[in-house]
Amino acid sequence: MSNTEVKKIEELTNQEYKYGFVTDIEADSLPKGLNEDIIKQVSAKKGEPEFMLEWRLKAYRHWLTMEEPTWPNVNYPPVDYQDIVYYSAPKKQPQLESLDEVDPELLKTYEKLGISLEEQKRLSGVAVDAVFDSVSVATTFKEKLKELGIIFCSFSEAVKDHPDLVKKYLGSVVPYTDNYFATLNSAVFSDGSFVFIPKSVRCPMELSTYFRINAANTGQFERTLIVAEEDSYVSYLEGCTAPMRDENQLHAAVVELVALDNAQIKYSTVQNWYPGDKDGKGGIYNFVTKRGACKGVNSKISWTQVETGSAITWKYPSCILQGDNSVGEFYSVAVTNNLQQADTGTKMIHLGKNTSSTIISKGISAGKSQNSYRGLVKVSKKAKNSRNFSQCDSLLIGDKCGAHTFPYLEINNPTAHIEHEATTSKIGEDQIFYLNQRGIETENAIGLIVNGYIKQVLAELPMEFAVEATKLLSISLEGSVG
Amino acid sequence: MLEVKNLHASIEGNEILKGIDLKINSGEVHAIMGPNGSGKSTLAQVLAGREEYEVTDGEVMYNGNNLLELSPEDRAREGIFLAFQYPIEIPGVSNTNLLKTALNEIRKYKGEEELDTFDFLALLKEKIKLVDLDQSFLKRSVNEGFSGGEKKRNEIFQLAVLSPKLAILDETDSGLDIDALKVVANGVNKLKTKDNATLVVTHYQRLLNYIVPDFVHVLHDGKIVKSGGKELALELEDIGYDWIKNGSPEVVK
Ligand SMILES: Nc1ncnc2c1ncn2[C@@H]1O[C@H](COP(=O)(O)OP(=O)(O)OP(=O)(O)O)[C@@H](O)[C@H]1O
Ligand SMILES: [Mg+2]
Repeated sequence: MSNTEVKKIEELTNQEYKYGFVTDIEADSLPKGLNEDIIKQVSAKKGEPEFMLEWRLKAYRHWLTMEEPTWPNVNYPPVDYQDIVYYSAPKKQPQLESLDEVDPELLKTYEKLGISLEEQKRLSGVAVDAVFDSVSVATTFKEKLKELGIIFCSFSEAVKDHPDLVKKYLGSVVPYTDNYFATLNSAVFSDGSFVFIPKSVRCPMELSTYFRINAANTGQFERTLIVAEEDSYVSYLEGCTAPMRDENQLHAAVVELVALDNAQIKYSTVQNWYPGDKDGKGGIYNFVTKRGACKGVNSKISWTQVETGSAITWKYPSCILQGDNSVGEFYSVAVTNNLQQADTGTKMIHLGKNTSSTIISKGISAGKSQNSYRGLVKVSKKAKNSRNFSQCDSLLIGDKCGAHTFPYLEINNPTAHIEHEATTSKIGEDQIFYLNQRGIETENAIGLIVNGYIKQVLAELPMEFAVEATKLLSISLEGSVG
Repeated sequence: MLEVKNLHASIEGNEILKGIDLKINSGEVHAIMGPNGSGKSTLAQVLAGREEYEVTDGEVMYNGNNLLELSPEDRAREGIFLAFQYPIEIPGVSNTNLLKTALNEIRKYKGEEELDTFDFLALLKEKIKLVDLDQSFLKRSVNEGFSGGEKKRNEIFQLAVLSPKLAILDETDSGLDIDALKVVANGVNKLKTKDNATLVVTHYQRLLNYIVPDFVHVLHDGKIVKSGGKELALELEDIGYDWIKNGSPEVVK
């Protein structure tokens, strides 16, 4: 074995520890149910400092006074919050010997996504060879980031290693009182990512949860905080196009972004949680609070999302445009098929002068699904000369699905310039037949039409991600016509 | 190449094709004429595999295979091309993208390599000249906002790129001005070889001056009531279809 190989193997064996996503807690879990005692134990098990526990408890006490929202255009049986385990140490996935032991359905999907064999093994829990690209690449990346002063680690790690930063920014965009699910998350959050980009640093690579070996173990109450100091830039990718299965039905994540003067944050998501079977059984409820604050002048936050998974999605990545001349963008593709329900959109809150926002939302509904866009554009009294452009399109496949648009406008300054466009179209059988007649099979025909429709959003995704997202979409829509 | 025997087809319970017999050999050009509503487009669509139509009787053999068992895309990959009477618009999908996907799927089906991007673009540029469309049409969304005549020319452009064995042109001439008609006919003629065949559906003898048929068939009420050489088209031009409607096709003889 060569020296470098030995080194790589060493790196790999140290991997888990290095990443810190497996915390140094013995494998165990707390009993079901939620009360102050459970929260104290969660915090203790994670070895958190006092301030963190205080914050969790404040959130919990507030949560007790709140009621679950009923306004989204989604239906689901009530969630029993006492029937959830709020802490369990990261589970080691059973190691499989080879891909032959993996569910063939899953393998088929991987293949369609063009995921490499090695990657397939990693995703499905098969022991991987020591020389495995993305892992060694990740290690090199980590070192490079450190040199630049960039912090990229798990949330738990950040709480311990960078308590001042966490204290300063946690809850500064999504306060613990914000909404039912965000408050619950604040009380019981399991883990997530923390990113800090210091002044004048341009993060040289896409930061991605993808590199986190134990991403699947961050639990159902994920929490992410990204801070970009003055004149800095970061692009962050969340999620994975490979299908994500999880036993936890309820997911309530919180993501907070902070951009200081001239800073720019680009946040891209591909969400592919298990949507449930054709009858809608067993899918994930994904209730997320994502919000970015453009605190500084000339700062910019862009959200790009491709949502294909989950039984129910409830999610409104938002921008608070506080600094003068700040810019907020929201590019979204939300796909629903079978019995999926999605109520998603954005809020653009214009507070500073000359602030501008762009909303491009592309909904695709197939099967018996329901897809709603809900967006708010708010211009405060002081936000002189602010601008918004919104385009909300819906594409229907078949005639049993529904698309709904709920645009809200609150304009309190007469100099605001607001434009809104909306269209609804349908993939027709004659379009499919036309493409079939050119030698293109139905699945690819739908892919082609859908890609044409979402081009504008895909253009915002990093190249590789866009390619995978494209394939993912056609898989999600499989069997939706005919 | 194609042999249609006693083909019956219906849609939503209405029988439209009532026993069609038709034989097309490689190298031949056949024309189908007939009054509105006689079933010409239906025949074209049934051959292309449109699922809304139910074949209730008869058979169609294509190069020794049962055509009716193939999916529409496999028929296309086996070399059947339909130029639509009403070409469909596909917003957001460029002509280039459509043709690239189509050509690669066809090549894959035949066990051939994907075409190299440069070769492919060169092919498009060469073929689009054939129908006298500007290069900018390559980037435009398929048929979206095209004029009626541009849509028809675009169909022939696609035909040229995919170079099928059996091309079915459903009223490609309607909506074309005389210059465009010549361009389209010229394009079709240039693609003609001894190995492929063309089935032209038209109302007008005009087109047949340029695309000269070996056989002309008259379709009426779902049946071919008369077949002949290219002179038949001229006779029809003179006397119209009244004779069939009056039930005495003998008159023509
Ligand atoms: N869904 C349907 N239900 C009942 N009849 C139908 C249906 N679709 C088509 N038809 C009928 O089938 C007949 C044949 O139509 P087709 O389009 O094949 O005619 P055509 O010969 O191509 O006519 P044209 O010269 O006008 O293009 C017409 O009478 C039409 O009305
Ligand atoms: Mg017709």
